[in-house]
Amino acid sequence: MNRLSVADLRKGYAGRPVLEGLSLEVPAGSLTAVLGLSGCGKTTLLRVIAGFERAQAGSVSLAGRTLDDGRTYVPPERRGIGYVPQEGALFPHLSVEANVGFGLSRRERRGDAVAGLLEMVGIAPLAGRLPHELSGGEQQRVALARALACRPQALLLDEPFSSLDASLRARVREEVHELLREQGVTAVLVTHDQEEALSLADTVAVLRDGHIVQQGTPFELYEQPADERLARFLGAVNVIDASFQDGTARTSLGALRVRGEHGAGSGLVMVRPEQLDVRPRTGHADAAAGASPSLEGRVEQCRYYGHDALLHIRAERPDITELLLARVHGEQALPVGTPVSVAARGPVIALARS
Amino acid sequence: MSTLATAPRSTSRWTRGWSGRRRWPLVSSLGGAIAAALVLLPLIFLVVEAQQSGWGEVERLLLRHTVAVLLWNTVRLTLACTALCALLGVGAAWCVERTDLPARRAWAVALVLPLGVPDFVVGYGWVSLEPSLHGYLAAVMIMTLSLYPLVYLPVAAALANVDGSLEEAARSLGLGPWRTFWRVTLRQISPAVLGGCLLVTLGLLAEYGAFEIVQYETFTVAIFTEFKLGFDTVAACALSLVLVALSVAALGGEFALASRGRSWRPGPGARRVAARVGLGRRRVGAMLALGAIVGLALGVPLGSLAYWMARGSSTTLPSASILSALTHTVAYSAAAAAIATALAVPVSTLAIRHRNRFTLLIERLAYLPMALPGLVIALGLVAFSVRYALALYQSAFELIVAYAILFLPLAVVGVRSALAQAPPRLEEVGRSLGRRPAAVWCRVTLPLIAPGIAAAFALVFISSTTELTATLLLRPTGVNTLATQFWAYTSDFSYGAAAPYAALMVAISAVPAYLLTRRMATVARIGAPQ
Repeated sequence: MNRLSVADLRKGYAGRPVLEGLSLEVPAGSLTAVLGLSGCGKTTLLRVIAGFERAQAGSVSLAGRTLDDGRTYVPPERRGIGYVPQEGALFPHLSVEANVGFGLSRRERRGDAVAGLLEMVGIAPLAGRLPHELSGGEQQRVALARALACRPQALLLDEPFSSLDASLRARVREEVHELLREQGVTAVLVTHDQEEALSLADTVAVLRDGHIVQQGTPFELYEQPADERLARFLGAVNVIDASFQDGTARTSLGALRVRGEHGAGSGLVMVRPEQLDVRPRTGHADAAAGASPSLEGRVEQCRYYGHDALLHIRAERPDITELLLARVHGEQALPVGTPVSVAARGPVIALARS
Repeated sequence: MSTLATAPRSTSRWTRGWSGRRRWPLVSSLGGAIAAALVLLPLIFLVVEAQQSGWGEVERLLLRHTVAVLLWNTVRLTLACTALCALLGVGAAWCVERTDLPARRAWAVALVLPLGVPDFVVGYGWVSLEPSLHGYLAAVMIMTLSLYPLVYLPVAAALANVDGSLEEAARSLGLGPWRTFWRVTLRQISPAVLGGCLLVTLGLLAEYGAFEIVQYETFTVAIFTEFKLGFDTVAACALSLVLVALSVAALGGEFALASRGRSWRPGPGARRVAARVGLGRRRVGAMLALGAIVGLALGVPLGSLAYWMARGSSTTLPSASILSALTHTVAYSAAAAAIATALAVPVSTLAIRHRNRFTLLIERLAYLPMALPGLVIALGLVAFSVRYALALYQSAFELIVAYAILFLPLAVVGVRSALAQAPPRLEEVGRSLGRRPAAVWCRVTLPLIAPGIAAAFALVFISSTTELTATLLLRPTGVNTLATQFWAYTSDFSYGAAAPYAALMVAISAVPAYLLTRRMATVARIGAPQ
């Protein structure tokens, strides 16, 4: 099967290392997202896999065939790896049809293969157009059809949706996802958008400091990030001090059940904003709320998103300086200044300090 | 589409054996090496020839009173002409690009067209009407009128692109319009002014025909006389070394000045189009001034040409000779354009796609002939062929190669800019679609840079058709091009017989001068593509 493996890859430019011992396994037929900040080396990784650049050390192999390991170097045209660059990069002098048929033989082009591909990506009526006559979304689809036309064993997508505006992005993203699933192509998508990575991919690999810091399903990553920085990178999060004892963590929010590796003694736990229950405090109810451990505070900021709202809460305790983030239903949005009591729900995750 | 999903993935097309390693761009390197060798060849043999009888002889030849006179003649002419060209070029460009002058498009074309009239034809135009014109002032006037478009063109382009927000900022800081022009606008366009002045200086150092007509002796004229009449190759080559040194000094001066003040555009935001100045009553004055420039630079030579054409028609024209001159001119120029363009492609490919110290050197060498007068290159080739390859001496091949070397920079400029605009990512995508580099080059790169290649070919072709000095030295015995036949008649004061040849040359080179203004207008309108 078309498993793509990258092992201990090193690559730098002019003495500045970009990838430092990067290893990545992309299971056959899966869509793997490589997530990282801009400038972290995502595009470099794709360019080495595609064969536009040579690895300085390490190896790249696809379906058991070595593509690059220092001795062997397979040029891009012999790799069978499709590439969908940012902005599509369509050949400006060729029609949509000719772009899609670029990698096909003359015989294949004469058949209905090209028409079928255009049909598949939903742009059949645009066959005769030139790239500059297409919208951004249409260009992306042509680029995808062009890459798929050669029946690649793997497909690389370099931030394919970043040039599209928000409303279009969601739709094209969904369609591409559907298409890749149908085709069963092994695909690597690089992006800096964690929402895109989490919602689209089968597995997500986070690239930082030149190597993959964690790879797993979106759920694993979100629920059990390897360290504090990663936890913060994948979404809003509260990180609070804790001391561990017998599977519980003593925190300012009370004693909470812990998941994940942790030693004895002091450490950190991660509480997602949706794990916090926020209730407005009234004078007498306050005394009755003693049943569950809670923390008192005041709403300092309220970001209202419609479907939900994110409250920034200032704890009324001198030892907690960081604002607590709590996600509540839209109708529970509270005005700034409201006194509240905050309680945590569900198990919290122990984190490594980083 | 089900056929695609179910079709067996043929891995064979991807797995054909290829135990490759990074390939040195063989074809490009070869082409680049040939280009570099061709440029260096005449220079090397110029030096070899000059010190034929030892450096002591070179010293004796150069430390003569006549050399000092030549130096003084050349320098004072160059300084005066360059300054006047800068004044006319900047002034005219400002009127056309930054004021509400009427019929600006027409002026923009008319002001550039003198570039299409070869300098020696301008000289002929004036002197044939007024034979008393000669000496320093005549030379300054004729060369200024011929060369000012070299300043006008880049400055007009720069003025059209000046960021209006900077000028507005200066005005809001309390500067009047004149001080704004001096302290802000001029600083922004100074690279264009300097670049234009450099071209003027190099043009002056290379010019022979026009100075011969007005009997003003510069280095180039002296070298030509020394070689053609004195048959003294050693002296000619020794004097050429001084000419090369002057050109290098001009290049160095431009470089030193240009690297001092860099133009910088703040932020990536949208550029504001600069506002035009209302001329009001001064409009009439501006129109008169521009009219005078165009009239003197274009009207007089063309009028004179028309006059002699009309006069000459009474005598029977040797139509066979004009046809043969035209055929030779076209054949030589086309061959030279083909060679120069063919060399420019690998040079540009190396410079843009495989940038390193070595390829940078090749690119610099390819630009070098811009600073070398045609006479110098021709002399170097003569020195080489006379001593080492007599079969080549005064062969059509050598003349064509001389043209190709001389105008290689023009070809490189055309091809390079087109290649710089063609994104390398497209070539990568082509390869990831299973095409070999050669196939990708033919199907992606070539179509993208085709306009640049065509422009390069046209520029070299046109420039070759009006080349006089190198042609006089290198042409095969008994063969005449339009330029040399024109020259032969002019030297005999047969102005009427010379006129049709000049008219043909002007007709051929007016086309690109016009296209140049069209292209500039388009670039200014749509801005950078994408």
